[in-house]
Amino acid sequence: MKIGVVTFPGSNGDTDCMEVLRETPGCEPVLLWHKSVDLEGADALVLPGGFAHGDYLRAGAIARFSPVMREVERFAASGGPVLGICNGFQVLTEAHLLPGALLRNREILFHCAWAHVRVSSTRSPWLAGIPEGSVLRLAVAHGQGKYYADGDTLQTLQERRQVALEYCDADGNLTPKSNHNGSERNIAAVTNESGNVLGMMPHPERSTDPLLGSADGRALFSSVVSALAGVGR
Amino acid sequence: MREWLGKITVVPKPAVNDPQGIAVLDGLHSLDFEEVRQVRVGKHLDVRLQAESQEQANEQLNVMCERLLANTLIESYEVRVEESDE
Repeated sequence: MKIGVVTFPGSNGDTDCMEVLRETPGCEPVLLWHKSVDLEGADALVLPGGFAHGDYLRAGAIARFSPVMREVERFAASGGPVLGICNGFQVLTEAHLLPGALLRNREILFHCAWAHVRVSSTRSPWLAGIPEGSVLRLAVAHGQGKYYADGDTLQTLQERRQVALEYCDADGNLTPKSNHNGSERNIAAVTNESGNVLGMMPHPERSTDPLLGSADGRALFSSVVSALAGVGR
Repeated sequence: MREWLGKITVVPKPAVNDPQGIAVLDGLHSLDFEEVRQVRVGKHLDVRLQAESQEQANEQLNVMCERLLANTLIESYEVRVEESDE
């Protein structure tokens, strides 16, 4: 199973993604430069975190026009699993592959901490292997992660079960306090309508070792490998 | 073809919370500018471009705003065009 990790100038989560993918059974990671127009046969794609193109203008606004993005759009449209982590999530919203936008955190502060999220929908292949309602402990590190969409869009997202992860306390309760960045409805991750594209603010690739605080992030990568093996892609 | 100067202002939409604006408002209040009621922080872009006419320059700049310079989901923008003196 080949999984492509896209590197934009300013990405900083790509090597951690490569690392965890190398350690995921059945997975062969491949690094893709943002100027590449060939996905090298990848069965799934990861857009990692960082500050692509310096986050100039708006986070993700310039990265969206990197040559590789045309292929990413084509891949996503064909149903291929795409995961955008943090800055990658911002790129996917700017590219209109995911609804909504990520705004500056409610208190302006950059949050670098551990957060709990509840798995509220497992439609995405990246979450299909995790029981719904599970609580994951994942690293967050962002200044612009406050999920925003208008009221109608939020309603639709919930009705279509596109809200994938929600900030919660350790017991899975959606409390105002656990919503550290002020996201609408505690939203930490959403999918597109068909579920194959997932964007999330927390960092599963930085949550892969109990020694460092949590290994809950590994489940996403093993999940996509199982999902792909299941459909024989 | 002549050269024009597009002056573009991008600001967060009213429905979008603007913590930067709130922080600046607090700063102004702490300097005793009690009369300040609201601050919205946006950005300004000067774009020099070639176009046949002022109307055409204006049209091009609006397309640029829609496609890249503003995210119309969360931001509104305003375009003004002047004759470039450079």
